Amino acid sequence: MTSYLIYFSIALGLFVFAALFTLFGVYAERKVSAFIQDRLGPTEVGKFGSLQTIADFLKMLQKELIIPAAADKWLFMAAPAIIFVAVYLGFAALPWGPGLAPSHLNLGLYYLLAIVSVETLGILMAGWGSNNKYSILGAMRSAAQIISYEIPAGFALISAVMIAQTLDLQVMSYQQGILSSEHSKFLGIWDVSANGGILSWNIFRAPHLIIAFVVYFIASLAESNRAPFDIPEAESELVAGFHTEFTGLRFAFVFLAEYSMMFLVSMVAVIVFLGAWNTPLPNIGPVHLANWTTGAIWGIAWVSIKTLLLVGVQMWIRWTLPRFRVDQLMNLCWKVLTPLAFACMIISGIWRIWMM
Amino acid sequence: MKSLNKKSVESGNIINGIKTAWKGLALTIRHLFAPNSKRQVQTVAADNYFKKLEEGTNTIQYPKQQLPVPEVGRYQLDVEIDDCIVCDLCAKICPVDCITIDSIKATELIGNTSDGSPKRLYAAKFDIDMAKCMYCGLCTIVCPTECIVMTNQYDKTVFELSDLTYEFSDMTPEEAAEKRALLEKQQAERAAAKLAAIQNKEGSV
Repeated sequence: MTSYLIYFSIALGLFVFAALFTLFGVYAERKVSAFIQDRLGPTEVGKFGSLQTIADFLKMLQKELIIPAAADKWLFMAAPAIIFVAVYLGFAALPWGPGLAPSHLNLGLYYLLAIVSVETLGILMAGWGSNNKYSILGAMRSAAQIISYEIPAGFALISAVMIAQTLDLQVMSYQQGILSSEHSKFLGIWDVSANGGILSWNIFRAPHLIIAFVVYFIASLAESNRAPFDIPEAESELVAGFHTEFTGLRFAFVFLAEYSMMFLVSMVAVIVFLGAWNTPLPNIGPVHLANWTTGAIWGIAWVSIKTLLLVGVQMWIRWTLPRFRVDQLMNLCWKVLTPLAFACMIISGIWRIWMM
Repeated sequence: MKSLNKKSVESGNIINGIKTAWKGLALTIRHLFAPNSKRQVQTVAADNYFKKLEEGTNTIQYPKQQLPVPEVGRYQLDVEIDDCIVCDLCAKICPVDCITIDSIKATELIGNTSDGSPKRLYAAKFDIDMAKCMYCGLCTIVCPTECIVMTNQYDKTVFELSDLTYEFSDMTPEEAAEKRALLEKQQAERAAAKLAAIQNKEGSV
């Protein structure tokens, strides 16, 4: 009985976290975009406009839920829920600290890639169900984009998996710090098992993983439909893409999914490449910085800081780079990122055999 | 050879793409961490006005901060109705017919405007529809007594379109009716006097 209570409270906690992060994310996005463009952003509601997104959310709650007359009613109504739940379920596998993970999955990374792909289904349902040409165009673009970019993203992750020899995200996290049970070498030459810190992160255990990380990061932008890969909702051509017809709370769910997805893909990048919940501070001689800054609370802090930094980079990129045209998008995916990810995977194999 | 060239062009594109993307990213991050102080609102005559626009943010928080406009700004119309001689020139010259004037002839000299012109007409109605006005200023040029002017007030936000019709006449409908009655009475008296004079003339003949 109590175990079920724990399950429910964890599920609820993750949902509340996703909702709060979305509120924060939308506010941060507006402020970041404003500062980049030399504007002020929200200033009126609360100190520095900090309550603006809460006010927006309350407004959205009161709005009417409209279903277009010719829409496919059930697909239309279920779509936002599926889009969000696909992302939300992804959170289950992510470790937050040593011994702290909502769910202990041997196939964590595999599960995550699988469950997140379900989002495409939700987007297609939204596009088809809306019975709107712009929506279906947006949905088709999104499907094409997500399916294409899953390949470089998947191979980039596999090259890290080949180094780690596990799909369990928690095991992968342990390997990248002082709590590791096996030896880890900085750049394959210097044994840093006792030093930990930034030296034992995956990207430094095998330096070609830096390229894999960049490939994954770019692909993850496309998977979360963020600029410069936001053609599924290209405002200038599609008016808002697959979520044109959604109102009120349903639209809020689509937004919730987008921001949760941003956090999710960033956190996966952090766990797989950037040392997960491990501290970046290494033990140097008698100064045991890594020992002092490792623990459950520290773990949550480190993983949050790293993830939020990556989310910040996503926002930075969004407000800098112009949107890709669809052929440029496919060009980048198939001619640049996929070969690069393949190369990383081959190097990973060689590295695993000869350097580790 | 040809395919080799193509390949080198393509890899050049990729390097160029990375370079330019980084250039853009560096530019935006500079702005992200630039001082985001509120904009100093000052007149265009201030020292280094255009240089200072590059500092801080560009946002003007309108009702709290306002751009200074010249005192002789040519925005909304205003009428000093006491100086108006109801000559109707402004209504006639207006290209968009936004001025409507209704005049009543006075039975005697009403008084003088501030520049000494005699006033012989009452303005029963002097409406300017600012929704139609195109701010050409012709009415202010033709006005002989300079009673219609453009002011530096540019903000007039209203909830009803009809609120944009400014009424400058200071006569109440009762007063107007009274003046009309007086005028009719005088005209009737004059007509009667005229008739009597004609009859006198005819009688004498």
